[in-house]
Amino acid sequence: MEAINNLLSGSNVTDVLFYVFAVLTLLCAVLVVANPFSRNPVTSAMFLVLTIISMSGLFLLLHAFFLAAVQILVYAGAVIVLFIFVIMLLDLKEEQRRKIKFFGLAAGLVSVGIVVSIFLKSLASIQPNVAEPALEGETYALGKLLFTHYTLPFEIVSVLLLVAMIGVILLSKKKLE
Amino acid sequence: MHIGIQHYLAVSMILFCLGLLGVIMRRNLLVIYMSLELMLNAANLALVAFSRFNNKLDGQVLVFFIITVAAAEVAVGLALIVALYRKRQSAHVEDLTSMKL
Repeated sequence: MEAINNLLSGSNVTDVLFYVFAVLTLLCAVLVVANPFSRNPVTSAMFLVLTIISMSGLFLLLHAFFLAAVQILVYAGAVIVLFIFVIMLLDLKEEQRRKIKFFGLAAGLVSVGIVVSIFLKSLASIQPNVAEPALEGETYALGKLLFTHYTLPFEIVSVLLLVAMIGVILLSKKKLE
Repeated sequence: MHIGIQHYLAVSMILFCLGLLGVIMRRNLLVIYMSLELMLNAANLALVAFSRFNNKLDGQVLVFFIITVAAAEVAVGLALIVALYRKRQSAHVEDLTSMKL
């Protein structure tokens, strides 16, 4: 941990690392959504793994060590495996290219424009902070907060996971009654 | 230029837009699901950045909950897709028009 902190405190290194991870994340995300070489969902899933991993690198740069680990464990470990399993189960053929509908394109551009305008609006209201932030997202601090201030949501999430589990078992039974 | 919250928000915004475009433009249900995951991740990145630059840990707790809920959501959604595929033999949104007026 000390070594990582020392490495992260050198501002030049972090700047370079930020750009590396950011470009990697965005590049892989583009390849998830619109891969020019392959329409196979398996390729999308593989690039989603790369996106997740480089994003956990961004989390490390933000000193969110616990979340970076959880991100890799849950997403790259569980979610992607589930995706791959379902792709293999369904035996999907390669998606043929269809013509992009004008309505879909217009809807996409309008919604992207709305998101960008929200972003520019929020950018204008950000005060430039002079002081270097000193927050550490270590497991101890996060766990302390989780079990003191956020106990009720934590318990509710456990109920949610149970409900999801029961729902999945019911949905994947052969006969739905 | 020093890396500030703006840079992280920009990355998060672009990632969110990519996910949004994927949800709207792609036809494969599974790829749409992956794009949804991208959007959730973009929100996570913005929350972690806010938490770091405001010196509050609450944002990271929220991200923890979002990751949990996303995992549950993926499990249920993929089970639905499998059930749908069993009935209709297709995972394309254009073939699922039985609720169209």
